[in-house]
Amino acid sequence: MWPPEVATNPFPVHRKIKMYTKKSTPWLYLAPALVLLGFFLIYPSFHTLYLSFFDKGSNVFVGAGNYIYAFTNRVMLTAFRNNALWVVVFSAITVFLGLVLAVLLDRVRYEVIIKSIIFMPMAISFVGASVIWKFVYAFRPAGAPQIGILNALLQTFHLPPVAWLIERPWVNNLCLILVGIWVWTGFCLVVLSASYKSIPRQFLEAARVDGANEWKIFWRIIFPLLVPTITVLTTTMAVFVLKVFDIIYVMTNGNFGTEVIANRMYKEMFQFGNFGRSSAIAVVLLVLVLPMMLLNLRRFKREEK
Amino acid sequence: MSEKTSRVLSRGLLHTVIILIAVVWLIPTIGVLITSFRPAQDVANNGWWTVLGNMFDSARLTLRNYNVVLSRLGVGRAFLNSFIITIPATIIPLSIALLAAYALGWMKFFGHTFVFMAIIALLVVPLQMTFIPVLRIFNKLGLAGSFPGIWLAHSGYGLPLAIYMLYNSISGLPKELFDSASIDGDSSFHTFLYIVLPLSVPIVASLAIFQFLWVWNDLLVALIYLGGTPDVAPITVQISSLVGSYGQDWELLTAAVFISIVPSLIIFFSLQRYFVRGILAGSVKG
Repeated sequence: MWPPEVATNPFPVHRKIKMYTKKSTPWLYLAPALVLLGFFLIYPSFHTLYLSFFDKGSNVFVGAGNYIYAFTNRVMLTAFRNNALWVVVFSAITVFLGLVLAVLLDRVRYEVIIKSIIFMPMAISFVGASVIWKFVYAFRPAGAPQIGILNALLQTFHLPPVAWLIERPWVNNLCLILVGIWVWTGFCLVVLSASYKSIPRQFLEAARVDGANEWKIFWRIIFPLLVPTITVLTTTMAVFVLKVFDIIYVMTNGNFGTEVIANRMYKEMFQFGNFGRSSAIAVVLLVLVLPMMLLNLRRFKREEK
Repeated sequence: MSEKTSRVLSRGLLHTVIILIAVVWLIPTIGVLITSFRPAQDVANNGWWTVLGNMFDSARLTLRNYNVVLSRLGVGRAFLNSFIITIPATIIPLSIALLAAYALGWMKFFGHTFVFMAIIALLVVPLQMTFIPVLRIFNKLGLAGSFPGIWLAHSGYGLPLAIYMLYNSISGLPKELFDSASIDGDSSFHTFLYIVLPLSVPIVASLAIFQFLWVWNDLLVALIYLGGTPDVAPITVQISSLVGSYGQDWELLTAAVFISIVPSLIIFFSLQRYFVRGILAGSVKG
């Protein structure tokens, strides 16, 4: 699953636009895109905002009713907690592991092979990854042969099996987050590795000649130079994972205290047919990603000048 | 401890850590691959790793699961549907985005900044904001549950990122290329076709891989606009419904998953270079 909001980077310097065309020409080229964007993104966003103030069937104005529901309902509160957990744990671990691997792999000759292995899950859908991991987490009562590798490992150490996806609140949520980490660490690795390799080697060599140890070199030279990349990457991961849906839908459907905002929105829409609440939840998601939007726009304006 | 032994030790530790991580990363996928070739009673009775002990005992491996999944559980049909959905849903948005990025990159017009800022803002809008109104219109037009409906939806949703990335690349082309032609309505298309398009092949390739994988792997958009209708459901939707009805039949689920990841793995491994280049162009580097 691609984050369409991939953090925007330094925009290319705006050069003087060179082509002179008839006034209508640019709009001819833009028209198909503008029609689709208008129909699929712009108009529906405003309409959803409007619907969020109406009842279940979009007939009766209910004011802030749906929002009050969204912020007080018990399951919604669980969803907020879980989304917060996803954002913090998922972003921190994918970026951290990506960074560690980028630095370590640079030192071995089989770097490319390992990178491919870590990166490979990116090609797999969240649905596929969910089934793959559901099998890893497979649970049977103590005494029965365990066919999930995690519980089989526990069994060899004579430990009781764990119902990984049911044990709430931390075990099952962290197990779900692990699936996301497995898929997305490769992305962070690729980005950080490129950034790391762009650091001039002379810097590091010079420090080594001066007798600095590797630990010091990392913290004093490499890390500060990677901070901009790390910041952008972490926000990208956080904004992306706020909308996590597939893993929860396939693995637990939000049961056992694993609900998340996007799955709740889907349930309100299709299971309960409550378009008011569903719209309000969507608006909450939008508000949560707004800072990212403003950041991108600010950066764009800065580059424009 | 001499400096040399300590260096050997730390090298050894480095290799161990790296290889351990790689093995951990691979194990879940290997488990699924092996399980998909095992008979049902074996899968239910012991772990897939027991196969590793007697690898060449071919009596314990079977293709039956693939047969069942493809013919009886609708995965064959869903696999085909995924292709029918993905190919147009990759080509349409890319073509439209190319035209738009060309106009944004090289033409002067009133409202240029505004249009570009709107596209940047749209990059982060959660798709959830759009489902209800679009689905209502789709229902009225009879587009819900149809291939054209989902082609259009994926095209709309894929556009902001595609335009943004193509703009970055196209606006960076050397301006001398554009000087030669005196440009009016007709020759602007000539320039597009013979200068911009050929020079954009690498970035288009990267984007095509993104969009292909995004659509191929998508669950949510398909659930919303195609519902559960089996004649049009892509493989992700089909698998997620099999998880509900065949949750304990791991030999079937794993075979279905493996079928679903073969095309993306082929694309991924054959075009990894473009894929990585696309990530770097789209995310962090300038």
